[in-house]
Order: sequence, then C-alpha cells, then structure tokens
Amino acid sequence: MKPPTDTDTLPSPAATENPVVGIDQSAGNFQYDVAYEFDAGTGLNENTVRYISSVKKEAPWILEFRLKALQKFMSMPMPTHWATKDLENIDFQKIRYYLASGQKPKRTWDEVPDDIKKTFERLGIPEQERKFLAGVEAQFDSEAAYSNVKELVAKQGVIFMNSTEALREHPELFRKFFGKVIPTGDNKFSALNSAVFSGGSFIYVPKGVKVAQPLQAYFRINAENFGQFERTLIIADEGAELTYMEGCTAPKFSTSTLHSAVVELVALKGAKIQYITVQNWANNVFNLVTKRGVAHEDAEIKWIDCNIGSRLTMKYPGVVLKGERARGEVISIALANDGQHQDTGAKMIHAANNTTSNIVAKSISVGQGRSTYRGVVHIPKHLKGCKNNTECDALLINTNSRTDTYPAITVRGDRNYVQHEASVSKVNEEMIFYMQQRGLTEGQAMSLAVNGFINDLARQFPMEYSVELKRLIDLEMEGSVG
Amino acid sequence: MSSLEIKDLHVSIGEKAIVKGLTLTIRSGEVHAIMGPNGTGKSTLSKAIAGHPDYTITSGDVLLDGASILEKEADERARAGIFLAFQYPSEIPGVSIANFLRAAIQARMAEGEEIDATAYYKRLYSKMDMLKIDRKFTSRAVNDGFSGGEKKRCEILQMAMLEPKFSLMDETDSGLDIDALRIVSEGVNALRGPNLGVLMITHYQRLLNYIVPDYVHVMWDGRIVKSGDKSLALELEAKGYDWVKKELALATA
Repeated sequence: MKPPTDTDTLPSPAATENPVVGIDQSAGNFQYDVAYEFDAGTGLNENTVRYISSVKKEAPWILEFRLKALQKFMSMPMPTHWATKDLENIDFQKIRYYLASGQKPKRTWDEVPDDIKKTFERLGIPEQERKFLAGVEAQFDSEAAYSNVKELVAKQGVIFMNSTEALREHPELFRKFFGKVIPTGDNKFSALNSAVFSGGSFIYVPKGVKVAQPLQAYFRINAENFGQFERTLIIADEGAELTYMEGCTAPKFSTSTLHSAVVELVALKGAKIQYITVQNWANNVFNLVTKRGVAHEDAEIKWIDCNIGSRLTMKYPGVVLKGERARGEVISIALANDGQHQDTGAKMIHAANNTTSNIVAKSISVGQGRSTYRGVVHIPKHLKGCKNNTECDALLINTNSRTDTYPAITVRGDRNYVQHEASVSKVNEEMIFYMQQRGLTEGQAMSLAVNGFINDLARQFPMEYSVELKRLIDLEMEGSVG
Repeated sequence: MSSLEIKDLHVSIGEKAIVKGLTLTIRSGEVHAIMGPNGTGKSTLSKAIAGHPDYTITSGDVLLDGASILEKEADERARAGIFLAFQYPSEIPGVSIANFLRAAIQARMAEGEEIDATAYYKRLYSKMDMLKIDRKFTSRAVNDGFSGGEKKRCEILQMAMLEPKFSLMDETDSGLDIDALRIVSEGVNALRGPNLGVLMITHYQRLLNYIVPDYVHVMWDGRIVKSGDKSLALELEAKGYDWVKKELALATA
C-alpha cells in the first residue's frame, strides 16, 4: 500500500471546475489514524452486544432486541446450501463490531475534524458536492462524522438523522416500523445486523411532503477488520415522496472485512421512495446486505442498486407489494472483476391485486469475475391483475468469466401476467479492434463497451451518480487490461 | 504532404501466408484502388496495416511519413492518422455515434485536455450536413440494427470527423444498393482533398464509376500484379479477372 503524500492530496485544478474529474477513486487506497475512543474489540459474544448498547446509552428494549438477535444469529446456519462456500471464510471472532470516534454528528463543515475532512478529500467527493452536503449525512466509521440536515428539509417536517440518534429522539416512531419489514431472523446476516447495528440513517417524511432534492449519505469502512453494520429505516407517510442516495468506497486492506447492513423502507398509501446505491467496496469486503421495502396501496418503491467491487456481495433488494396497485421496481447493475463474486438480484412479493413489479438486472463479468443473478417473483393464486416483468442481461468480458442466472418465478392463477427475458453477450475481439481502430486504447474500448451495455439503466441515475458510475467503470476496466 | 509506404509486405493468419510481398506507396491527395478476386488478400492487407492482432506481419514494413508503424498498437496507428473503413463494422450497443466519436476525439487530445462540447457538436453537425446525414442519426447506437447503407455512412461520418491522413476503405461498396452506393460515394468524394490519401479495396469496378481513382492496382495471390490508371479498371471489367490470370501465367511461364 502506497502511503499518501502531499502531492497526492492536492486536488488537481480540474477538480474544482469539473465534478467528473474530481472523483478520484484511486483515493481508496489509504488509511488515516483516527483515535477510536470507543472500541468493542474483536470477536462477538453477549458482552460485545452489551458494550455497544451501553456506549450508545440505549433503552432496555433495544438491548433486549439485540440480545435476542444475537441468539438468532448464533443458532442459524450459514446459507451455504444455496450460496457460495466462500461465506465460511468469514471469521466472526476476528471482526471488530463497534468503533466510533466518539464525536457527535457535526452541524457545520467547520466543526468537522481535519483528519476526517482529509479523508473526504481523498475519497474524491468534489468540492461543490462537499458544500452541497447540506441534507447529507456522511458516515465515518460507525458514527456520522458530519451531519447537517438542510434547513429546508427540516422545515418541511422531515426527520433525517443518524439511526442511533433517532432511537433516542423518536423512539415511538422508530419502534413502530423497526424490524417489521425485515424481521431479525429473516436471514443470518439480518440477525447479525440486528445484534450489533450502529449508524445508518433514519428518515421520516410526513404526509404529502415531497422532498425535492435527494438525501445522501456516504459510507466508508476505515479500520482494518472492522465490520460496518448500519441500519437504515425510511418511512414515507401517505402521499410523501423522497429519493435517498448512498455511495460507498472503502480503503483496500489485505484481511477480510465485513459489511452487513439492513435497510427497511416503508411507503404508506400513495407514497414514493427511490433508493439509489452506487457502491465500490474494496476487494476484501464481504458485502452481505438485506434491503426490503413494503409498498402500501398505490405506493411505489424503486431500488436502483449498483454493485462494483467487494470480494463477495450478496444483495437482493425486495419489495413487498402489500396494497392494491402498489408498484415495485429493482434496477440492478453488478460488475464482477477478477476475484470478485457479485451475487445479486431482486425479490418481488405480490400480496395484493393489480400490483406491478419490474426487474431489470445487468451484470458484467471480467476476467475471473463471477456474477450470479437470483430473483424471486411470487404471485399467489388468489390474486388478479398482477404483472411482473423481469429482464436479466449478462455481459462477459473474457472466456474465464462466469455468469449464472437463477430466476425463481412463482405465479399461480390465470389472472396474472409475467414476462421474463434473459440474455448473455460477449465483448468480442472484433468489437474491441473496431474501437481501437478509432483511436481508443484497449481499456477505453472495454470501458465504453461496458458503459454502453448499462447505458439505458445508468440514465436512470441522478446526473452525478451516473457520472461517478461511468468513472468507476473506467477505472475497473483500465485495471482489467493485461 | 504525407506518405504511406508499404514495402515488400508479407502477412500471415496463423500459419497461412496471405499477403506475399506487396509494395505500394500512397501520398496525400491520391486515391488508389486495389482490385482483385475474393481471397487474394485485399482485406488482409488493410487489417494488417491497421494493426489487427490476428494478422502477423512476417516481413516487410509499413512506413507512415518515413517511420515504421509496425511496433505500434492499433489505437496508436489510428491516432497517428490511419483510418480503416470496415467492410463489416462492429455494433456497439448503448453507445451513441455522437458519444463514440467524442471518445475517439478525446483519445487524441493531450492528457488533462477536455473536448469543447459546443465546438464538437458544431463540427459534427457541419460534417453531417455535408454528408447529408439526418441529425437524429448520431443519437443512435453505433451500427446497432443499422442497414448496410447506414453502416457505411456511419463509417464515412467517422472518417470525416477523425480527419485521417490515410483511409483504407475495405469493400465499402459491399452490401449496398445503387442508391446507397451513390450516397456513400458522394461522401467519400466530398472528403477527397490534398490532405487525404485513400486506399480503396473493391471487388467490383462499379464503385470506381462513382469514386474515380488516380491509380488502379490488380491484386492476385497476395501481390500486386498489374498497375495502371482508371482505364485499367474498365479493361478489367471488360475482360474479367481471368484475363489477368492468363497474362500472369504467360509472364511466369
């Protein structure tokens, strides 16, 4: 690992002019010393959980919730009967479950410690965007290092804060929805998260309020062997609308790191939630995330999920279509480079008449990279007028890469409609030569081919995210050329 | 004034020798046509010059303005000014012509230098006007679902935008009906000028009615066996390739 130097940290002149140039993803490769004032040590047992709960000064019911979850986690087997055996390589006793720099979320940029600012700078968050961080909660390790809810949003009655804080300040609201969409025992990793969760965002948008600008959060793992277990809960009350965006980069370490988040969305009658993720984990990160939303009558939940990096990602954002005419959508992009396995997909559970769901998943496998699509679409017999559309497209960049598709579509009854399409294509030598003949390097050519493949999906991302996505792909493809 | 010198070039695909000692010099402003029956190595010649990885140059040299390009990668040769108009252009789904050309032009700029988007589109639209191409065309993905004629027009548009020193046009007329042929030829004629050298590869004489060459060469079994002016093409059409074959047999006998 190359230590950062002074010249490294100087932003290029272009960075201040152009947000595209400013996003320097090579910045992931470093670490700063942060004095962790609270540290749960390594390993997981009841004491770890008690320690976390006491540091956070939590109410007794939360501790109880955590301890039950721990038992659940301990009792559940690894899901290796269907998932990769690589999961067995996670050593839960070597992971740190809680770290916090002991700071309260900051209100203004000036109050943010220089070290942390430096980290943001190295992460390549462009200058304008840093200023635009109003309305942004940027998580530094377990706790939010910087949090400034834009006045405008607060004026609308929107609650946007760290989950830890929300548990203290809005316990009734939190408790009412917490763990309801994704029960503790949903899977082994949701149980783990429920035992040791820390950080993440809590958002409540009151009835009829439409949040004009996207709320954002940046996540990052900084300490070696440190698992990040954020817990996010978003509630859009009747007729409310919001877009939430999270972006992740992580420094590269040689030993395995675990990220296991739980994200729950509740869209009440007529509400709309759009949740956008662009993540770029380091090659040693196990990224095992449970994301699900419940869409009530006439509500709409859309997951836009982009997975780049990590050693293993397992993530299947889902929507439970609970009310009539509810709509669910998952747009998923996964890029598996050498040594990476992207096991991603979507779940659509239709539970009311006239509900519709749409899944579009595109995966790219490079070198030895492996991508897997797993989808569940469930429409029970008694329902009518339900529709699902599923499209899975895979792009292979050389003959060593691997892609698998496991769509499980269960549709009963004859009053529902399902459509499924899948394709596998390859970037062939002729196509690369054609582009090289126009002056593009091999890396640029591959990158353009990949960007073209996901173009129709990338267009659905907000501008700065699609730009960042393109840049991430450029960097991934540059590295993949021998 | 630029020059492209092909010196005693030998090209193989795998173990098989295809081009067997071909020598030809093209200067800026000149249009050379290479004619010959299928399988004589015409397309191989153009791909080898462009740097296709499947084609091995076993001996000889290709010089651009006096310097060998054989050590350069395909993209370096392209940036140095060699353009290949493909017989079968690849499809690039999801990448619009406008974005593709923009990336190609950006690739020619110095590091840290950014393309001026306004100027770029202005130039793109003026070239499209010149080639009588509809504005909507460039928002389509490169060659994706294009007709034969559209693919060839897309090649000509790229050539117009990239302003190469030398353009190798591989069977540009193949797969075109007479209307498409006329439109594509008009495009090439519009681009002809003192700064461009053209090597036009064709099986049929008919293309040469539209793009009148300065020189015509007949290729046979990996070599140029006969050179002349445009009248050679007409003679060839009247007498057929068998005529060359017979002449060749007489000469070597």
